[in-house]
Amino acid sequence: MFKILKREMLTPNICKMVVSAPRIAKSALPGQFLIVLAGEKGERIPLTISDYDREVGTVTIVTQLIGASSAAIIAKEEGEFFRDVVGPLGNPSAFVNMSDEELKGQRYMFIAGGLGTAPVYPQAKWLHDRGVAVDVIIGARTKDLLIYTEELGSACDNLYLCTDDGSVGFHGVGTACLEDLVSKGKEYTQAVAIGPMIMMKFATLTCKKLSIPIDVSLNMLMVDGTGMCGACRVTVAGKTKFACVDGPEFNGYDVDFDEAMRRLGQYKAEEAEEKAKYVK
Amino acid sequence: MAERIPRVPVREQDPKVRAHNFEEVCYGYNLEEATTEASRCLHCKNPRCVTACPVAVKIPEFIAKVKEGDIAGAAAIIAEDSSLPAVCGRVCPQESQCEGSCVLGVRGESVAIGKLERFVADYTAAETPKGEKTLPPEGRATRGTEAGGPLAEPVVGSAEPTPEGGNVFPPKKVAIIGSGPAGLACASDLAKWGYDVTIFEALHKAGGVLEYGIPEFRLPKEAVLKREIDAVKALGVKIETDVIIGRTVSIDSLIDNEGFEAVFVGTGAGLPKFMGIPGENLNGVFSANEFLTRNNLMKAFREDYLTPIHAGKKCCVVGGGNVAMDAARTALRLGAETSIVYRRTEVELPARKEEVHHAKEEGIDFQMLTNPVEIIGDENGWVKALKCIRMELGEPDESGRRSPVPIPGSEFEIPTETVIMALGTAPNPLIVNTTNGLQATRRGGLVADEEGRTTREGIFAGGDAVTGAATVILAMGAGRKAAKAIDEYLKSK
Repeated sequence: MFKILKREMLTPNICKMVVSAPRIAKSALPGQFLIVLAGEKGERIPLTISDYDREVGTVTIVTQLIGASSAAIIAKEEGEFFRDVVGPLGNPSAFVNMSDEELKGQRYMFIAGGLGTAPVYPQAKWLHDRGVAVDVIIGARTKDLLIYTEELGSACDNLYLCTDDGSVGFHGVGTACLEDLVSKGKEYTQAVAIGPMIMMKFATLTCKKLSIPIDVSLNMLMVDGTGMCGACRVTVAGKTKFACVDGPEFNGYDVDFDEAMRRLGQYKAEEAEEKAKYVK
Repeated sequence: MAERIPRVPVREQDPKVRAHNFEEVCYGYNLEEATTEASRCLHCKNPRCVTACPVAVKIPEFIAKVKEGDIAGAAAIIAEDSSLPAVCGRVCPQESQCEGSCVLGVRGESVAIGKLERFVADYTAAETPKGEKTLPPEGRATRGTEAGGPLAEPVVGSAEPTPEGGNVFPPKKVAIIGSGPAGLACASDLAKWGYDVTIFEALHKAGGVLEYGIPEFRLPKEAVLKREIDAVKALGVKIETDVIIGRTVSIDSLIDNEGFEAVFVGTGAGLPKFMGIPGENLNGVFSANEFLTRNNLMKAFREDYLTPIHAGKKCCVVGGGNVAMDAARTALRLGAETSIVYRRTEVELPARKEEVHHAKEEGIDFQMLTNPVEIIGDENGWVKALKCIRMELGEPDESGRRSPVPIPGSEFEIPTETVIMALGTAPNPLIVNTTNGLQATRRGGLVADEEGRTTREGIFAGGDAVTGAATVILAMGAGRKAAKAIDEYLKSK
């Protein structure tokens, strides 16, 4: 059992939780994910790690209300328990294994969208703490849906907000913001996009155009998260990969995003049925 | 003459009814049926059945007790060699092991050893008051029945020939990676001998393939599996779920920081194989692992669980092993008209005969000498048909098996909504990749000797993690051998 020490709604649909999980906190690295099972009858939901504290023994997860199982996670109150939290799963971000020499002179650009903003935080923090140049773009539909602005503000050199409706920051999507920055003379050696699949697809197209290498973090459907089920199959550079053990981060140029989007919808009909039962 | 009594048939659920539910297929013997069947045993001087059993259960001895009506006595005899009798009685391939070498089988029908073993386990559990477990005599004498608790005192006076190494205080700590059949068997022996044993399990429930792989209708989870795992816990074995060794914590850290003096790796063969044909990533193509895990571990078949599963109206299962039969019979129960597609003939099907027989009774269609070449999708990327080619058996190869050869121009399509790939599984490389000094073979299995010693001192391995996918009982046998080797190692340390 894993105790929920803190719970905070970041938007009406997005919930941040700090969970006691000492063993996982000890091993977690930026880019990795967890699997959470709210209760006996729920699903195993993969969630990217949004922070960890090795001393206190906690991990932070951020969940968006999508279906019945995410509703069950969000429904938990402070002081209550998750039945299971498993991890850390997947490979850490590529830069974690890079030497200071290799990181020297790198200029990172993180493009964060929606829920994907939270897992950008430990990555940006890691690089920022090592003195690597980091800029971050956070995009959302409107001002009230932007999350992690304060945390990320302290973990990068420049934070750019953008909203589809122009209610704050750059008026437009994150990729347009990136193009704007580059046109004004900003240079980046590596981009990382985390967010909805469609956003990562367009971030990749934009980066290709700007000749910036890009990594994307694929949050596919999974059951076990250890390479056992193969539900998270994605085609990368023409080869089938398992997002859970080969990823979750891949070179965006190589990812077949259209297939990945289609595969994400594989249980849509079944999920709608469940959601109708549990989420009123 | 004992052999004049025919083998007592076992009662089963009507195929037409059971094709629509997940209740157990086989009802098992009652006391009268079991004693009658037991009376057929000839009690051979050199029992070939015992030699053929990977864990060497003293078969004629326990059957003699059944014949006398002393079922508790029979259970105690089995418990000396097997920690999972109700499981083995249900899932072992008896026809190629104990029953396959029964003398009665030469001219008639062998003793129904599997059904008798199952009867003994189920009957004893039903008769035993809750909380009191069936233990071998030495276990009964020296242990409490608290599940999962640390050892209060060292065990003394073990009846087993080898083990006294555990009789030090505090007992030496052994880590078991994986709570499948290999790990449970290894843990049971070590706990009986007084070691402080912790099993680490990656999933949220213990049992490994017994939990996620084998369906409810062959192995009921609450009534049978949980009971036997509880019995292992009652020996003092601790089980920590949600711990992925190699991710959550490494083997090196267990040894260096948590005081474990020996490690047994029984992580099974969990990675699914795919064919590498076009269309395998279409929606509606699943590995048998995914399909079965959703249904067994995650209980998708139950209305009150949230897990989604998609069998479609028509389902094709590719493969011919027990896993293929399990996947097909599960899809059928979820409402899909189901075909098994296999490239050899029925004679070569690697599945247990009983499973094939049950599958046929339930109405599974068998497409033999058929091999998929492509999965065809519709405009939305969902499976529409499975394109196959007919095969014929060619000349026997070096292994003596006749390999299937495609018949040119015989391609045809089977319209289907889902395709389940049941082509076998390979060991997970995670442990090898994250532990210093371990080596794997080209096929991914850990390098280990007959007794389970790996290439690194203090680390042992057995079961599918070493051999690649095999059977529950072979894994248990490997677990027991490794337990002995661990005991010797820790005594000499």
